[in-house]
Amino acid sequence: MVDLFDGYGATLTPAKRRGSSSPWDEMFPEPKSQDPVEARAAYKDIYNALARMTQEELRGRTDALASSYLAQGVTFDFAGEERPFPLDAVPRVIEQKEWVDVEAGIKQRVKALEAFLSDIYGNQVAVRDGVIPAALISSSTHFHREAAGIVSPNNVRIQVSGIDLIRDEHGDWRVLEDNVRVPSGVSYVISNRRVMAQTLPELFVSMRVRPVGDYPNKLLQALRASAPNGIDDPTVVVLTPGVYNSAYFEHTLLARLMGVELVEGRDLFCSGGKVWMRTTAGPQRVDVIYRRVDDEFIDPLQFRADSMLGSPGLLMAARLGNVTIANAVGNGVADDKLVYTYMPDLIEYYLGEKPIIKNVDTWRLEEPGALEEVLDRLDELVVKPVDGSGGKGLVVGPDASAKELETLRNRLIADPRGWIAQPVVQLSTIPTLVEDGMRPRHADLRPFAVNDGTDVWVLPGGLTRVALPEGQLVVNSSQGGGSKDTWVVGQEPLFSSNDGHNIQGLVAEQAAVTQAIPIIGHVPDHSPEDRPRNQDQAQQQQQSRAQDARPTAEGEVL
Amino acid sequence: MAMLSRIAESLFWIGRYIERSDGTARILDVHLQLLLEDPWIEENLACRSLLSVMGSDVPDDGRSLTRADVLASLAVDRTHPASIAYSLGAARENARRAREIVSTELWECLNTTRARMPRKVTGEKTHEFFGWVRDRAALAVGIMESSASRDEAWHFFTLGRSIERADMTARLLATRSLTEASGPSWTTILRSCGAYEAYLRTYRGVPSARNAAEFLLLDRLFPRSILYSVTRAEQCLRDLGPRNERIGVTDSAQRLLGQIRSQLEYRPITDILQELPRHMDSVQDATSAASEAIRQRYFPTNNAPSWIGESA
Repeated sequence: MVDLFDGYGATLTPAKRRGSSSPWDEMFPEPKSQDPVEARAAYKDIYNALARMTQEELRGRTDALASSYLAQGVTFDFAGEERPFPLDAVPRVIEQKEWVDVEAGIKQRVKALEAFLSDIYGNQVAVRDGVIPAALISSSTHFHREAAGIVSPNNVRIQVSGIDLIRDEHGDWRVLEDNVRVPSGVSYVISNRRVMAQTLPELFVSMRVRPVGDYPNKLLQALRASAPNGIDDPTVVVLTPGVYNSAYFEHTLLARLMGVELVEGRDLFCSGGKVWMRTTAGPQRVDVIYRRVDDEFIDPLQFRADSMLGSPGLLMAARLGNVTIANAVGNGVADDKLVYTYMPDLIEYYLGEKPIIKNVDTWRLEEPGALEEVLDRLDELVVKPVDGSGGKGLVVGPDASAKELETLRNRLIADPRGWIAQPVVQLSTIPTLVEDGMRPRHADLRPFAVNDGTDVWVLPGGLTRVALPEGQLVVNSSQGGGSKDTWVVGQEPLFSSNDGHNIQGLVAEQAAVTQAIPIIGHVPDHSPEDRPRNQDQAQQQQQSRAQDARPTAEGEVL
Repeated sequence: MAMLSRIAESLFWIGRYIERSDGTARILDVHLQLLLEDPWIEENLACRSLLSVMGSDVPDDGRSLTRADVLASLAVDRTHPASIAYSLGAARENARRAREIVSTELWECLNTTRARMPRKVTGEKTHEFFGWVRDRAALAVGIMESSASRDEAWHFFTLGRSIERADMTARLLATRSLTEASGPSWTTILRSCGAYEAYLRTYRGVPSARNAAEFLLLDRLFPRSILYSVTRAEQCLRDLGPRNERIGVTDSAQRLLGQIRSQLEYRPITDILQELPRHMDSVQDATSAASEAIRQRYFPTNNAPSWIGESA
């Protein structure tokens, strides 16, 4: 019965690190025992469905997931070979009542980040009030003076955000990093759900999983809402660096599901302060560009002059208010990991609220005494460069060799502005099918939020990434990470209250409609020779009945 | 050059059955998938409506229907007249009757399709199964399109396909009224006939009831729209029986199709939407009647002799 989970508990406390407690397991509250049986309430149904399967069966399904991804082209490039994007068959489950808090926390964070960017590229009131030092802003690699004063008419700079969350040892959510430049991964959320429902339908039975397919609509609405003033029917395009980009699949998926053009830099040109795309019917005006090209490449006149990925003059057109670039240029300053450490203060400063989701404790190395303390404890901390994302350049102290630590030490002393340090946080674990069987693996969560200027909408769920090697704490698909479908489930799902009607009402309406209009499809036509037999029989019966009846009728006439 | 009525009839029905298996697979795939993905759809009700839209009997014994029931009857039951298995079997039977005219390639395609038709499809394999049915239908159509001479045989085949397409799209649109209140169903409907991406490219945005219905009913370029299918069927009929009448149309199939086409084409879309089920019903009426008219005109030999008691 528990075949699939045999030996799960044994490895639950992997490579225990000095001074850290064991991670929070998402599925089992009592991970110490050899064979965990009692799953958390949210996972009960999943656990029962999985427990009915053997390991071979689940592996078969996992192979089916992979081959479906190969067929669809949901792949990434691994050493020149096309591999299916790794998707684990066990979903991550978040209960609706818990999700409400995560959602509120993300909304709050996005609003604060918007306020921060608008301030930094405006009057810099927060600097004047001493909330954040001016030197920090101006020394940030991604702070672009060129972007000052460029904002869409609805004052949105962060149309799309992906704020990475983790769960610490106590099960509390924490923000790991902010991504408000060009966060990617949402296409995997959409395609993971689809392929899971196709391949493991029995897991969905009796679970009310909130759908994720609405994302492209929400994104399109947000992009249209940010269009320049006076444009009734804006032309939206997705700007991709091209087919060799690792997220190209995502660009095509979003363009396809929004029904908009996917353009490359060479398809665009700027003229008269406006942006056009070359079409078979001549130049066509472009009003909103959802760009998936980094700031540095977007406009050779402003940034890297050798860039072929953007289009010269884009930024000027945006400055003139003739085109909206989403997300806005210069957002990277908010992703700076030193700015991250100020986020709790900034939330209080701009919104007058306490942060709903906490940060991970972080040392700022330029503060007095901090660098000394961190250097002293380098082998028990995690050190990250401030401008990297997704685990780039990160060093996990306890896992690093003496030589690596020595190099790191020198780099920290040379550039304390460029690094932050954090205690090792044991990311929560989720059962994941690996070679040995079902084993706990560390995971994070990237929820996606779309801001249309009136509301920040958070996609229910998000991308759960798992680190496949045992004990590995860096979760990134470029470093051998897998993914999981993420389910927000709940018996009483809450639609945002402005929808006006609840689910029961919705179901009742559906039921009422179905009963009110009896739709009887026609019985299918059939070729005379292939007519179903029972129909023939029925006819024959009718015929014979008619024959039976006839004499009587005749009799009556007679 | 004229051809045997019997052969022509077989080709007509091969076209209809291939198209029907494809259409049924698409409708079932998306609707059964939706049942899983959207937790707020009531399974029993949805399954019942699905059965009824496909023109099959809905059991009235009061028990709850599940996906598995729909799958069992509409997909794999060889004796169920609205099932995929039935259509694939009938397509093959028709090809066998017209074996001397049907190309070897097409025959082998239809024959192996029927032979490989599974007797049971488990939950996790449903999507794969429907994909297979679509593939086989596309293969059969592709063989015809790429290698058949554009003679009468091809015209009858295409005529059958076009009529069946109009019928299938009408059924599909009728499913819309089943889920009046839920958001994603226009998306679902578009997706089920492979129209979703074409629609997005045409309208650039979120499916609205009006636009989606307009697209599937009236688009002149999208090959699965009712208008396109009916127009194509009319064209086939004109090619089959060219006339130079100065007044009106004498062929009753053409007349029936022309009538339903004008009704749809010249009626405001909002009117149609208000009474979608009724209009979809009349489309199915028209295709059925046209099919019968075609039979009477072109395949008259099939007035199947039936025994009448001597006493009569």
